[in-house]
Amino acid sequence: MRYLPLQPEDRAAMLAKIGAPDIDALFADVPEVARLDGPIHQLPDHASEMAVERALGAMARKNLTAGDAPFFLGCGAYKHHIPASVDHLIQRGEFLTAYTPYQPEIAQGTLQMLFEFQTQVARLFGTDIANASMYDGSTACGEAIVMARRITKRGRVLMSSGVHPHYVAVAKTMAKFTRDEIDHRDPALTAETDITALIAAIDDDTSCVVVQYPDILGRIDDMSALAEKAQAHKALLIAVVTEPVALGAIKAPGEMGADIVVGEGQSIGVGLNFGGPYVGLFACKEKYVRQMPGRLCGETTDAEGQRGYVLTLSTREQHIRREKATSNICTNSGLCALAFSIHMTLLGEKGLRDLAALNHAKAVKAAERLSEVPGVELVNDTFFNEFTLKLPSDAREAVRHLADREILAGVSLGRLFPHASELSNGIVVAVTEVATDADVEQLADGLASVTQNQREEVPA
Amino acid sequence: MSMNREGRPTRPQDAEATSETFTGNRALMLEEPLLFEIGDATLTGVDLEAAPQAESRLGGLERNRPIGLAGLSEPETVRHYTRLSRQNYAIDLGLFPLGSCTMKHNPRLNEKVARMPGFADVHPLQPVDTVRGALEVINELAFWLIDLTGMDGVAMSPKAGAHGELCGILCIRAALEARGDAREVILVPESAHGTNPATAAFAGYRVENIPANADGRVDLEALKERLGKGGEGDCDVAGVMITNPNTCGLFERDMKAISDAVHEAGGFVYCDGANFNAIVGRVRPGDLGVDAMHINLHKTFSTPHGGGGPGSGPVVLSEALCPYGPIPFTAKTKDGVVHLVEEENAAEFDHNDSFGRMVAFHGQMGMFTRALAYMMSHGADGLKQVAEDAVLNANYVLRSLEDVLDAPFGKSGPCMHEALFSDKGLADGFSTLDIAKALIDEGYHPMTMYFPLVVHGAMLVEPTETESKAALDQFIGALRSVAARAKAGDKSLHAAPVHAPRRRLDETAAARKPVLVWREPEVAEAAE
Repeated sequence: MRYLPLQPEDRAAMLAKIGAPDIDALFADVPEVARLDGPIHQLPDHASEMAVERALGAMARKNLTAGDAPFFLGCGAYKHHIPASVDHLIQRGEFLTAYTPYQPEIAQGTLQMLFEFQTQVARLFGTDIANASMYDGSTACGEAIVMARRITKRGRVLMSSGVHPHYVAVAKTMAKFTRDEIDHRDPALTAETDITALIAAIDDDTSCVVVQYPDILGRIDDMSALAEKAQAHKALLIAVVTEPVALGAIKAPGEMGADIVVGEGQSIGVGLNFGGPYVGLFACKEKYVRQMPGRLCGETTDAEGQRGYVLTLSTREQHIRREKATSNICTNSGLCALAFSIHMTLLGEKGLRDLAALNHAKAVKAAERLSEVPGVELVNDTFFNEFTLKLPSDAREAVRHLADREILAGVSLGRLFPHASELSNGIVVAVTEVATDADVEQLADGLASVTQNQREEVPA
Repeated sequence: MSMNREGRPTRPQDAEATSETFTGNRALMLEEPLLFEIGDATLTGVDLEAAPQAESRLGGLERNRPIGLAGLSEPETVRHYTRLSRQNYAIDLGLFPLGSCTMKHNPRLNEKVARMPGFADVHPLQPVDTVRGALEVINELAFWLIDLTGMDGVAMSPKAGAHGELCGILCIRAALEARGDAREVILVPESAHGTNPATAAFAGYRVENIPANADGRVDLEALKERLGKGGEGDCDVAGVMITNPNTCGLFERDMKAISDAVHEAGGFVYCDGANFNAIVGRVRPGDLGVDAMHINLHKTFSTPHGGGGPGSGPVVLSEALCPYGPIPFTAKTKDGVVHLVEEENAAEFDHNDSFGRMVAFHGQMGMFTRALAYMMSHGADGLKQVAEDAVLNANYVLRSLEDVLDAPFGKSGPCMHEALFSDKGLADGFSTLDIAKALIDEGYHPMTMYFPLVVHGAMLVEPTETESKAALDQFIGALRSVAARAKAGDKSLHAAPVHAPRRRLDETAAARKPVLVWREPEVAEAAE
């Protein structure tokens, strides 16, 4: 076995040192009922590197990859070009095979990187501080709601209809044990968001209002008035950002008064990976720092007065506070945070702004082109790099037909909201810098032909 | 003086040694400023095409104020992060005996497989017909986990161990609620990982302690007594959370009897699978009556820790808990097609009682591919060998050190994959921390310190199976030397580490006045 260095003579010498007759003697405490007579028989025996690579390669080839087709999916995961140096650097063994930095004297690399990451996230979100990452955007959102409950001691949660339905589902799962009451409706296929309704709904029982920016249909709305109303009722405004590249173009939620800003960082530095691992971003006003979940990295000095970094405020955390911790989170998303941070460093302020401008311009042009297709209607007035189209018939069908032609057209709202028939003609289309004009033309042609076929199938 | 023909000295010359340098660097040990001190808002390491002309659809919400991000060119970026990386200890550099963390070698085949475009470059919401291969990987891994644990089902979506714990406890809660049996208490031994009580409390349960007996295991009689306290049919205990092998490094001999007692009282058994590496391929938790157990793919199945994640924590479930598991999951039908079961089609797959969704999308695909590559590489025979070598290595460490370090449970039988020591017998004023920091100077990452809480000054050593006997012998030699110094009262230990990139850091100051983000010096000063 190529991963096991012990040789038979080593094992014999070690057993002799231990004073055990054989290896079974070391497992003597295992009850009789659970002793097996050999390797588990349902499973195959060991395999060579080549054989394993071949078997997994065969499975990989069964998938249609984003790079091999005109690609327009978003809704919480985005395809951006990742500079080659990002993946090279995160594979340095000193980053890849290190543990959580519990011994700071020999983990300054990870710790300084996390301190820089926290600074980047806080600045991007327009907040005072940020933590060292969560699992992903959906769990960061769930933790933010639980944190709001700790701060306000209230349990009524207003969730905008524009929040990603998976994020809503995660919040509802957590509400089963926090007993929070979650007020949420499915979105309407309109250009307006529900921000006015949310403002009206805030009352003195409200713990928090959760809005996504840009929202699940791609719409962008000013949340300043919402922040003011929330503050007047001592409720918290939680903003959710699933496409952080947008913040190179549009105002930060923190600038508009959000108390907690959470997000999915996948879009910067982390690939699509069929949904994970991703990286949850978590930022807030400084006054709430002791209620935050997750790891925090802080600056300090060493015994010689040199600047250094440590994990700090761990009295919030499970390994110290146990059942009184702010969260049970332990392992988070360190390596993805590193990828995010490296990509953000390569972009810098200039690169992020240019990238955002490029995304927006491409999306605007694509939206114009696609809404020229007969029967296709653009729902949004505002958007960044993602918008919703209304097709003449079920968008799930259209997406499937286009996939058969190797065009990955977007996310049908039927996939995300299977029980909301009034949304079934909607499709959310994301256009990033990787989409070429030719890709957009192929999508337009494809949409024209599937919508035409669909219209012909409907009896007059 | 010895010189060559060009007059260059070829032998070390006599000179006074000084450690001071102009730059603060020490040869290969390079100091690196913060990104924000070397980068600026105009530097960039990417070239982008110019944006085409288009009307703005941002609704007047343009971000006009500076963001405050710093950029670097590509060479500067590569150097910044390479220099930072060199200030880290890592498995690739040496033995990493961090108990409970299973810091084993991370095979590079796994990295290669995870980066295959068919896995790395697919979107979670693509039409399922375009991702059947990805679904096959999830399904295949699920079956390996089921077979290795002897359980009935597995929830694949939890993102890490603690998230898996939450998944298991939510299944228990859903199962109890389904039979109209609201119970309030979860029992957790004091030796448990902090995540166990944190999870139970997070899920709304009251946490009570299960006492341990003198040899470091759960006290079965005390447990039975607690279970019976509510009287016949009136037990308030929803379940127990037990780590097996436990954090004292011992196998819970009475595990089956514990499970039987809990089941008899109408409760469920959650097993913390953090220590599965000791028994993988050799013992199936399903045979011990476990109802739910998370598996840290980033421990037992070698996916890299990455300086604090990402992890992955699938949860294997008993028949009683399967109906309540989260969506999404995969299911293979008789025609060989692997389906993705989500909100839309849960009913078609008879999964109406699910407690819901724990995450967006389908879990840690990038960890699934790595873990499956690891399992296929080892096979059933290799995984059994993994457990045996991990346990052999730990016992070798235990028996090679127990004459110089106190092993509180050394008489409780063989240990499993970790060896536990205490600070008993060190000279006055010397602590576990001194031993740990001295090991840093010896070129090792320290063992887990001050955990489990049931042992004073605990040192938990987990060598893993990927260390050779020679590597263990050198580590044992280093630890013996450090222990001897601590017993002899060698005060120089208090200064350790002296050879690391930093000396001991002031954690108290960091927590008293937290500085969590960089601020421009003038802004930071103004805030003082």
